[in-house]
Amino acid sequence: MTTFSSAPPRQAHPTARAAVEADQGRPIHRQNVGELERWISGAAGAALVLHGLRQRSLASLALAAVGGGLIQRGATGHCQLYHRLGVSTADARRPALKHGDVHRGILIKRSVTVSRPIEEVFAFWRHLENLPRFMLHLQSVSSTGPDRSHWVVRGPMGSTIEWDAEIINEKPNELIAWRSVEGSEVDHAGTVRFSRAPGDRGTEVHVELNYEPPGGQFGRAIAWLFGEEPRIQMEDDLSRFKQVMETGEIASVDGQPRGH
Amino acid sequence: MKALCWLGKNRLAVEDVPDPKIINPRDAVLKITRTAICGSDLHLLDGFIPQMERGDILGHEFMGEVMEVGPEVKNLKPGDRVVVPFTISCGNCFFCNKQLWSLCDNSNPDARTCETMYGYTGAGLFGYSHIYGGYAGGQAQYARVPFADVGPLKVPESLKDEQVLFLSDILPTAYMAAENCNIERGDTVAVFGCGPVGLLAIVSAYALGAERVIAIDRIPERLRMAQSRAKADVLNYEQVDLMEAIKEMTGGRGPDSCIDAVGLEAHGTTLDAWYDLARTTLMMETDRSHALRRAIQVCRKGGTVSIPGVYGGLLDKFPMGLAFAKGLTLRMGQTHMQRYMKPLLERIEKGEIDPTFIITHRLPLDAAPEAYKTFRDKQDDCVKVVLDPWAS
Ligand SMILES: NC(=O)c1ccc[n+]([C@@H]2O[C@H](COP(=O)([O-])OP(=O)(O)OC[C@H]3O[C@@H](n4cnc5c(N)ncnc54)[C@H](O)[C@@H]3O)[C@@H](O)[C@H]2O)c1
Ligand SMILES: [Zn+2]
Ligand SMILES: [Zn+2]
Repeated sequence: MTTFSSAPPRQAHPTARAAVEADQGRPIHRQNVGELERWISGAAGAALVLHGLRQRSLASLALAAVGGGLIQRGATGHCQLYHRLGVSTADARRPALKHGDVHRGILIKRSVTVSRPIEEVFAFWRHLENLPRFMLHLQSVSSTGPDRSHWVVRGPMGSTIEWDAEIINEKPNELIAWRSVEGSEVDHAGTVRFSRAPGDRGTEVHVELNYEPPGGQFGRAIAWLFGEEPRIQMEDDLSRFKQVMETGEIASVDGQPRGH
Repeated sequence: MKALCWLGKNRLAVEDVPDPKIINPRDAVLKITRTAICGSDLHLLDGFIPQMERGDILGHEFMGEVMEVGPEVKNLKPGDRVVVPFTISCGNCFFCNKQLWSLCDNSNPDARTCETMYGYTGAGLFGYSHIYGGYAGGQAQYARVPFADVGPLKVPESLKDEQVLFLSDILPTAYMAAENCNIERGDTVAVFGCGPVGLLAIVSAYALGAERVIAIDRIPERLRMAQSRAKADVLNYEQVDLMEAIKEMTGGRGPDSCIDAVGLEAHGTTLDAWYDLARTTLMMETDRSHALRRAIQVCRKGGTVSIPGVYGGLLDKFPMGLAFAKGLTLRMGQTHMQRYMKPLLERIEKGEIDPTFIITHRLPLDAAPEAYKTFRDKQDDCVKVVLDPWAS
């Protein structure tokens, strides 16, 4: 399951908080789209999907994706965009935009099941130097102490962004929680939880990332504009993680021949 | 090398492109000796499958000689002669372990496109759009084969290319379609479509013990082939009332199972077919499911409708109530190739199955753009085209 939502107002230790909340399994999708608008969204969504699927350009796939989003919104009465803005048309008595919404960090959650034993999956992740193998935006992670590590990320236009992180909680074969140290350029925290999947299905890996986009208010506006980006990145990262663990390589067509 | 490239709807060309090379440790590079055009390729030509990009190399039914292998491929060596399944499977994931090879989790590099459309991704396919990973196909002189330690099957020198080429797709596809019918003693199977898949489905249904196969199409040459070479009773749906005729042939019971070997570009002359044509033209519907509707309609109560024919998007006027009222079982999907390739190779070796009877055209790769159209339009009695990438 993928969810993408605003986190509650920032606290000193967002990781600890995120982990606690996740354990309580709080429902995230509440209905925030009015009934009429729901029906219109559903119908328009279906039309867009159909139209998008008939076309072959990437733009039209995006159109189909938007259509999919509208259908989802129609079906569940939940609009991610409204949610992120804190807008609800379902309950007209509530103010459209609550004060303070813009001061929220971003929480991304995503999970994947890996067909390998839990010990192996945990050990691979815990060896943080492995992360750049499947997190392609990471240039390097190096351990600088038992709980400390230095992260270098490829930023826009050839720049790099660097920070130090510390592991603040670790339970073997169960959980790794980390956060960036005080005063980092990228203020973030995360947890990865590992659990045995039922039957012989391997290991479930649940990742939560809580972060403040760089650049304060302005950065947040950019992140809002390209709001899907971090979530998509995490989805792709986890799917690559699974590939590396299961097959030893990452499926690719980079460098294959094509016509003109 | 020479390769057949997709340039747009109804626009194909053989172009000079760079040779493929090893990209991943489990890759192999093949020199292709024979390659075929599939009915599935026609859906690309006609623009029914989204996410094609200009320059994509087509083709997913091919075989050849191993030229080079990556460091992790231990079971093949240069010089081996192999036939390659059209689905790319890792051999390690939950689905591969369950023999659901075409649902492999790990072989689609562009998984998100497929997930956006279908919620989950299937296996990567050769030359079959960026929904399925955008892998360069095998209507070319060379091809790169990912997970080469899992897919390619070595074939004995005693068998000619043409005898084993269809292990790459349509023979396992037809066989799985028949297997999905759960054929029991005395069963009658109705096969919709007498293209290459339908014809081999007739052969497979008999091989699995069907008492009788009724084959349905409207193209005289194909119906002739179904009758004379595959021993089916045939019906031309343009000339009879299908429901009446089938009931008459089966003592009012209806066939125990039906195979839809037509797929999303079904042709039809009844009202619902015109409705589909109008709707797909207006982009209100993506697939034309006339044959599937008929299959659901004529199938006996409690029977099985097996669907090897490809569907890509949404169907309209799908007779769900009919399927429900009759308690039908529907089975479908891309073929789980590795389940069938080896057993079918053994049947070919023993002379029990000879799929070569469907080949009507043997042409050089250069002729492929024309051959696609001949095949699509059923001109020149065309049933199956086999291409030689090295002939001129
Ligand atoms: N599931 C898989 O893995 C898989 C693999 C290979 C092919 N396929 C699919 O199988 C289908 C058939 O492939 P093919 O190579 O035989 O294609 P083809 O186009 O040569 O054959 C289709 C046949 O169906 C006939 N037909 C059209 N409308 C009909 C109708 N309403 N009733 C009866 N017959 C009708 C056509 O006249 C034609 O002879 C295609 O959809 C193809 O994509 C699926
Ligand atoms: Zn095919
Ligand atoms: Zn797999």
